[in-house]
Amino acid sequence: MYIYDQYDQRIVDERVAQFRDQTRRYLAGELSDAEFLPLRLQNGLYVQRLAPMLRIAVPYGLLSSTQVRKLAHITRHYDKGYAHVSTRQNIQLNWPLLEEVPDILAELAGVQMHAIQTSGNCIRNTTTDQFAGVAADEREDPRPWCEIIRQWSTLHPEFAFLPRKFKIAVCASEEDRAAIHAHDIGVELLPNAAGELGFKVLVGGGLGRTPVIGSVICEWLEKRHLLTYLEAILRVYNQHGRRDNKYKARIKILVKAMGIDAFRDAVEAEWALLKDGPSTLTENEITRAQSFFTSPPYAALDGRSSQEALAARAATDPIFGNWLARNTRAHRVPGYRAVTISLKATGIAPGDVTDRQLELLADLADRYSFGELRTTHQQNMVLADVEEAALYELWQHLQKAGLATANIGYITDLICCPGGDYCSLANAKSIPVAEAIQARFEDLDYLYDLGPVELNISGCMNACGHHHIGHIGILGVDKKGAEFYQVSLGGSQSKDAAIGKILGPSFSQEAVPDVVENLLGTFVSLREGEETFLQTYNRVGIEPFKERVYAKAD
Amino acid sequence: MPKLIKNDTVSSDSWQRALPDGDQLFKDHFPTLAQWQAATETLPTVQLQPGDEVATLVEALDTLAIIAVDFPVFTDGRGFSYARELRQRGYRGELRATGEFMPDQVHYLRRCGFDAFQPADASRLEEYLRQLRVFSEHYQASIDEPLPLFRRRDSESQPA
Repeated sequence: MYIYDQYDQRIVDERVAQFRDQTRRYLAGELSDAEFLPLRLQNGLYVQRLAPMLRIAVPYGLLSSTQVRKLAHITRHYDKGYAHVSTRQNIQLNWPLLEEVPDILAELAGVQMHAIQTSGNCIRNTTTDQFAGVAADEREDPRPWCEIIRQWSTLHPEFAFLPRKFKIAVCASEEDRAAIHAHDIGVELLPNAAGELGFKVLVGGGLGRTPVIGSVICEWLEKRHLLTYLEAILRVYNQHGRRDNKYKARIKILVKAMGIDAFRDAVEAEWALLKDGPSTLTENEITRAQSFFTSPPYAALDGRSSQEALAARAATDPIFGNWLARNTRAHRVPGYRAVTISLKATGIAPGDVTDRQLELLADLADRYSFGELRTTHQQNMVLADVEEAALYELWQHLQKAGLATANIGYITDLICCPGGDYCSLANAKSIPVAEAIQARFEDLDYLYDLGPVELNISGCMNACGHHHIGHIGILGVDKKGAEFYQVSLGGSQSKDAAIGKILGPSFSQEAVPDVVENLLGTFVSLREGEETFLQTYNRVGIEPFKERVYAKAD
Repeated sequence: MPKLIKNDTVSSDSWQRALPDGDQLFKDHFPTLAQWQAATETLPTVQLQPGDEVATLVEALDTLAIIAVDFPVFTDGRGFSYARELRQRGYRGELRATGEFMPDQVHYLRRCGFDAFQPADASRLEEYLRQLRVFSEHYQASIDEPLPLFRRRDSESQPA
């Protein structure tokens, strides 16, 4: 993974000193609430319903065991002993004290971490595939490019007061596991006709109040032009994005208003000033960034024999077999698998992890996965490089700690924002809805029979729970002061990206599990062969689901 | 006379923010872009507001001694890009931030090419001065450091 040099460290240390000074001035009355607001937001600090919320950056989801231990220490010492994995692969603390945030940031800086630009109207954490570097369908490791974007966007002087937040995602594989169509900018590493890898650039995707799938602004961009091209897009947006209405301020609204062709022309005109200038990437820099993401020292293993042993073990221990089939996936290196650790046990807020679990995971990472862990935008964690021969032992450790729920990709592995229990923006609670759905689908045989279903819950329009791109999306809405839930169907976050369609009138919280059960019952009755929920939906459309769900409502 | 920060020290001159009232010029106030365009002679100063097109000034950059970029509210960051554009298009005169920006923004403003700072509230100028250099290192290329960090790292790793 990327290791700071003296420059990176100095920048992060100076940021801590700056925020310590800002906090002091705020508490002394020298900075007003209005002035402190964007300053604290750009350091990840929200003021929430119950306490401040601090969002810690996990650049493209990669963590060392040392960093995970530090996070465990921070949650125990400064918070209530647990942390939350967000849909931007970041880590959130729900109960820090404002006065102690500078100390937390100093602790983080000690392990090469920070909270820079994890909120506010600026460029946020760049996200990518949680299986980067180990996926078999990868064209090139996306993480050096994420790191190059991270450095360029960190404390960028021109883009700290944008019209609205700005999110970038990078995909480098056949399957899109980074939801690049739902980002302000999505870049995909792709070969041109000559076979040379470059970037396809999408712009103007996003969720929120007006969900939009990104448009192609550039079919293929030479790698060295990445930063100047991004800078040109941001400069057009910063100058022309709407600032009169925060709901119309994202770049997707500007791209729609101008049309993609006129927007492209404006970007090309800006790019002419920047192209081939000093921000053009050098071979040296690309090589330097790539040098941090080389393969760990994999053992030369006989994949076939370890798989036979696993199959035998799975046959005698079906609970392990379930976990093996659902929570591990193929690795590009024979004899290894990537393991997803489910943070979706029923009864625990989705994405929450305790200090002790974090410490255990750090130990397991050291023992089984070259000391690295990853966070995922589905709010789980990953040990990416585990020898197949060690899987049974690893599973036993995970099971004891409540971290072996075998549900990855199934309906109980749902994405869920913190919602009205914590967030002051939310219209409605989301965690109790998630829990009720998980409780309804506890029967694993039924769960597996349903096949992969992505269910995403957001407590408000801001769509932190990505409800628009869930196969089933649930959105908390406010109806005359009461909490209701709107359901949508058919969203997708992969390359066939789609925004879900609203089913109809919204439901009370108690009704949601029945509604979900009815939706899945409809699917089961209409399913042909081994169709997935999304395939059946795409074949039959929304009507049969609507009829069944609203049939008894009158 | 109104106070401002220029060349990293507190100084003063007679210029004040524009009075956006038709085409008429006001003594000691920067002309708005509309006033500047309507003037019969070539005026040596102008003030840009958020929403103005920087391109309007491209032909006249050599004739301008001061371009003021106004910040009616500190959350409107368009002026940061205006400054970068003006400098990149070759403007060498004084680039002055005026209005409601806060001390914690002057560091970024300077990096975008501003060299004079005239906040509406002149009572905290010492704080603005203190905030000019809160960072000693940066990743990006900017007007005051034309090479991004990666190019400076490159030259370090290669023998001179």
